[in-house]
Amino acid sequence: MKVLNFTLMPYRSMDVAASKEHRSAWVVLPNTFYDPEKGAHDYESYIDLLAQSEPLGFDGVCVNEHHQTAYGLMPAPNLIASALIQRTKKIKIAILGRALPLVNNPINIAEEFSMLDNMSRGRIIAGFVRGIGAEYHSTTVNPFYSHERFHEAHDLIVKAWTQPGPFAWEGEHYNLNYVNLWPRVYQQPHPPIWIPSQGSIETIEWATDPCRKYPFLVTFSAREAVIKNLLAYKDQAQKYGYEAQSSQLGWAAPVYVADTLEQAMSESRAAIEALFNDYLTLPMEMLLPPGYTSVESLKKIIATKKAIGRGGFGGANQRQSLERLMELGTVLVGTPKTILNQIEEVKAKTNLGNFVAMLQFGTLSNELTQRNQAMFASEIMPKLQSMA
Amino acid sequence: MTDPINLSSTYRVGDVKLNVRRAGQGRPILFLHGAGGVTEWTPFFSQLAKSHDVWVPDHPGFGMSEDPSFIKNMSDLAMFYLDFLDTHAPEGGFDVVGHSIGGWLAAEIATRNSQHIHSLTLVSSAGLRLEGTPMGDVFIWNAEESIKNLIFDPLVQEKRLQAQPTPEEAEIIVKNKFTFAKLAWYPRLFNPDLKKWLHRIKVPTQVIWGEHDGLIPQAYAKLWAEALNTDVCHVLSECSHSPLNEKPAETAQLITSFLGKLAS
Repeated sequence: MKVLNFTLMPYRSMDVAASKEHRSAWVVLPNTFYDPEKGAHDYESYIDLLAQSEPLGFDGVCVNEHHQTAYGLMPAPNLIASALIQRTKKIKIAILGRALPLVNNPINIAEEFSMLDNMSRGRIIAGFVRGIGAEYHSTTVNPFYSHERFHEAHDLIVKAWTQPGPFAWEGEHYNLNYVNLWPRVYQQPHPPIWIPSQGSIETIEWATDPCRKYPFLVTFSAREAVIKNLLAYKDQAQKYGYEAQSSQLGWAAPVYVADTLEQAMSESRAAIEALFNDYLTLPMEMLLPPGYTSVESLKKIIATKKAIGRGGFGGANQRQSLERLMELGTVLVGTPKTILNQIEEVKAKTNLGNFVAMLQFGTLSNELTQRNQAMFASEIMPKLQSMA
Repeated sequence: MTDPINLSSTYRVGDVKLNVRRAGQGRPILFLHGAGGVTEWTPFFSQLAKSHDVWVPDHPGFGMSEDPSFIKNMSDLAMFYLDFLDTHAPEGGFDVVGHSIGGWLAAEIATRNSQHIHSLTLVSSAGLRLEGTPMGDVFIWNAEESIKNLIFDPLVQEKRLQAQPTPEEAEIIVKNKFTFAKLAWYPRLFNPDLKKWLHRIKVPTQVIWGEHDGLIPQAYAKLWAEALNTDVCHVLSECSHSPLNEKPAETAQLITSFLGKLAS
């Protein structure tokens, strides 16, 4: 199994009590909540923490994109990826991902990934996402055309990476006379493309298609939903007439490990509960704007997301407790043994091949993150990496 | 209130099946609905139907009409309705009444071609932007906020909050919302190119607004009246964004008397 280290880079100094006067920690939370001194400190810390991944033995580090929110400070994840390229030599740098529909010229994304691929001599994993619903509010891109734009942008980027330029693109959403990437990508035929998702039917069907076979990464979901989605991926692959490889199956989850269960819970509680209750506060209208999902998918997502806290679901004001999140398996908190057992359980059922450990989350301090990373890397990771 | 009798029938425009409710006799009115669609034959329609042949189509993608994928934006919808008018408009044409995005649609149609249009009544119309006076963010509001911002009377708000849609109604609500987003998410509820062409509308026009419109502020009434070069502009007191339902008798009366004057 491949193991990667990930943080959302949350703004840890958010005034939580004051933030509750606003609809969400996304889109409408005034940026006067952001103190540049504290934010600069967060950036420095997070880059330092992720850079330790290489000496600790991780297979890669991950960054991702979110806009106008205290939840994650990476509206331009490729900037962080670029910094990490300079701080590492061997490991993969996974951008999970860039939100394709949110830009008006996808070639910008193709070019940036190409640059990173050259600068890292082929260490880039290119994640493609649609962005979450709130980002259609912040960018004003029409959610009704989210899927169409995603697919067309994807086709355009892959063609730009693999076909000699210049060529013309005559599309529904994008029309370009000259597609001619300088630089070309370093990896051939192109950097690996991963699809992080919370499991929409359309996404699974599309990612498994034999002409793509893109690794699927289930994020932020209860254990049952992770298993269900990975099995859905495998089923779909079988329908297409092939067996999904373990390298196509991934899971991303917050992890906190300590010598005892009590210690793990007491050290992670505030940070995890902040992540799920204070940072991931998205009323339905922001999370799922009209057209962002099909009606069918909408129903399924609502079921999955029961796992992720009030946040997901406006209305239910009950705080999501650490105990509840652990019980659902949305977060993995415990001793090396219990955490390994939980991952092994999913592995046994799904043949999971990529595990993305979110080892800094919410308000978790540098000190605790460092301890968490070190212990995860020494006590858990080698056993995962030795699994087929 | 539900339809006293089934007033719906299917009209074809090209390959598209359109559901149209129709009742009454007299000078024909074409009513173009807003984003919420039309769920029933309301007192507003009943009153108009006393003296008019009232046509109320569900736009493509709304209500019980089909949802053709070739309609991608408001411009397509306007062209579609020109086809509708060519095919189905009565001999003498229509007086057109449009509410909210239906008002916007009416203006888009009439700037292109008013051949089948005698007059235009725009009620709480979307379609223009008044710099410095933003519309409400109807897509970010939850159900409760929407009701409070779109309806003036607290008692009616309360009733609406208690209402539970049937599964069939819920499905139509979702369908309407999806099409609403397709047409109006960006640019949000307006067409930046519309205002400069409104001078092409030569038919008589009137503007009706709710004084306390929580979505498209009352100041937009004046903007529309000026852009259409009309002095027929009515602002209804104790009314928000839904004059048709909040002030059905008054709104219908304004329309019938406006049309009466045109006829005489």
